[in-house]
Amino acid sequence: MLLEVNGLKTEFFTKKGTVKAVRNISFGLAKGEILAIVGESGSGKSVTSLSVMGLIDYPGKIVGGEVVFKGKNLLKATKRELQKIRGDQISMIFQEPMTSLNPVQKIRDQLLESIKVHMKLSKKDALLRAIEVLKLVEIPSPKTRINDYPHQMSGGMRQRVMIAMALSCHPEILIADEPTTALDVTIQAQILDLLYDLRKKIGMAILLITHDLGVVAETADRIIVMYCGRIVEEALVKDLFATPRHPYTIGLLESIPKLNEDRKRLYMIKGVVPDPFSIPKGCSFSDRCEHCMEKCKHNVPALIQSGNQKVRCFLYGDALEEKNE
Amino acid sequence: MNEEPLLQIKNLKKYFVVQRSFFGRPISVLKAVDDISLDIYKGECFGLVGESGSGKSTIGKMITNIYSPTEGSIIYNGKDLTKMKKNERRNYCKEIQLIFQDPYASLNPRMTVGEIIAEPIKINKLLPSSKIESRVSYLLDCVGLAGNYRNRYAHEFSGGQRQRVGIARALALNPKIIVCDEPVSALDVSIQAQVINLLSDFKKEFGLTYIFIAHGLNVVKHISDRIGVMYLGKIMEITDKKTLYDRPIHPYTQALLSSIPVTDPTLKKERIRLEGDIPSPIDPPKGCHFCTRCFKAFEGCSEQQPPLAEVEKNHFVACRLYEK
Repeated sequence: MLLEVNGLKTEFFTKKGTVKAVRNISFGLAKGEILAIVGESGSGKSVTSLSVMGLIDYPGKIVGGEVVFKGKNLLKATKRELQKIRGDQISMIFQEPMTSLNPVQKIRDQLLESIKVHMKLSKKDALLRAIEVLKLVEIPSPKTRINDYPHQMSGGMRQRVMIAMALSCHPEILIADEPTTALDVTIQAQILDLLYDLRKKIGMAILLITHDLGVVAETADRIIVMYCGRIVEEALVKDLFATPRHPYTIGLLESIPKLNEDRKRLYMIKGVVPDPFSIPKGCSFSDRCEHCMEKCKHNVPALIQSGNQKVRCFLYGDALEEKNE
Repeated sequence: MNEEPLLQIKNLKKYFVVQRSFFGRPISVLKAVDDISLDIYKGECFGLVGESGSGKSTIGKMITNIYSPTEGSIIYNGKDLTKMKKNERRNYCKEIQLIFQDPYASLNPRMTVGEIIAEPIKINKLLPSSKIESRVSYLLDCVGLAGNYRNRYAHEFSGGQRQRVGIARALALNPKIIVCDEPVSALDVSIQAQVINLLSDFKKEFGLTYIFIAHGLNVVKHISDRIGVMYLGKIMEITDKKTLYDRPIHPYTQALLSSIPVTDPTLKKERIRLEGDIPSPIDPPKGCHFCTRCFKAFEGCSEQQPPLAEVEKNHFVACRLYEK
């Protein structure tokens, strides 16, 4: 495994109380793999990715677990060591390209910044590298576009620049946090194709954070479904879409209108995602679940193997989660 | 559907002047909606899809009298809304209501939910004040917010609940037509389904007609009867939803449909990949607006704008490939 996350716990200490955003999460990311983390708002998917990068700030804190990258625990690394890895070996792209690019700096300077920091190149070679990555993300006439400001570009172009920036130092892992949510469908298709091609070309692993199951089905190899800070199901993409196990996953898949079939009514998961301060005591999904049993309300099921998949539900076994949250 | 249309849009245009010269002459003009004609029939749900900048929301805003059109007419029940005096128009506005996209921005944070829903009733003097309270309770009941929600403020609600409040407010005046401007795109998947089901229930219950504006094509397909596809202020294709999804004939519709991610990894469909970005609506391409990105474009496309023509029964398309 290239990246291994073991028992990660991230909490936010607010005035109203403690929010357990990520509760004991473990997963691995292999070389060249696309792993998708899916969940609705408040499921902790973004906090997980930020924790991996060590970007959790006050009032949040990583209270337990480890993030092992190439045999090294990133949570114990010094700031210096982290800075060396971030942007070089692990890089990240965000949802809204306009807010993550500096509006008063040319694309050129923003691209050169990370190249200068991480690669020992002469000014001329650095510029060549910058143009090369812009070419890689298929920006037309990169030699002239490199002198543009972000506002001179469209949303799709900006996201390409973000990707170029992330790729400039040959990272081994790319964390993409909702990379296409702010884009139109035809542009989304372009960016997804690009990410898919780049994975093949460069052989990097991608951690894809998204709420769109359609995006996952088309790009990812493996999928993790999160709900209220826990993993509720983990499977290969082909298995998950063929035989979803957890009632939440089933509900999610059912509630998306499909293009190739006609239905009078959509399936609904009743209720809403619980408030982070009052998550049900047992299984977090118990108050919305159709199959809720008495024990679901009091005990947390463990993530157990069921066929090719891992699922956290009493319908598939009685094992309890260890009490170390 | 051989009856008279309930709402008729004829040659509707909305131009925004982006820049004026020193003497006030317009230099650059954004043609948000450019010469569009539509018929909407009673009891149907008409879906408008398009990417950002296509002008779909601008049409919705003109129908609800938020924008006044630059040219053209909106005929409701045989009367032209655009030529009415302000007072007269107000009476008709009651019957056409709007549900907004962002449930966070469209509810006044200083008013309780009860006040928000009561406000349109008071302004339009629809009911005596003694009866308003029971009407508000009834409406909240309808949208699934029964109980003591009416004295709470918008910030105490989740996104889905806020959108329900927005729906209750739109229903308050017993409208005939509701324009839904991206009502579910800000919501989570599980909540989306709840709101969509609620909307389709009300359609039957209150005999409503919807104009459903969205960019999520699967959502539009689920709820609509007929669909219009827009691109840069023009309508590209209009037909019933089954034909549109089974046999789209405009190249843009084909590309749009093929770029929707499908939740089935075994279904590896051929994706039509469009090159480039959507051109700026301030300076759209000459001829067919789509010609710069079209994979079937030929020479004539960039010369003349194709008119929206009926190629088969109830299937309209604006493309030179199908010109007779």
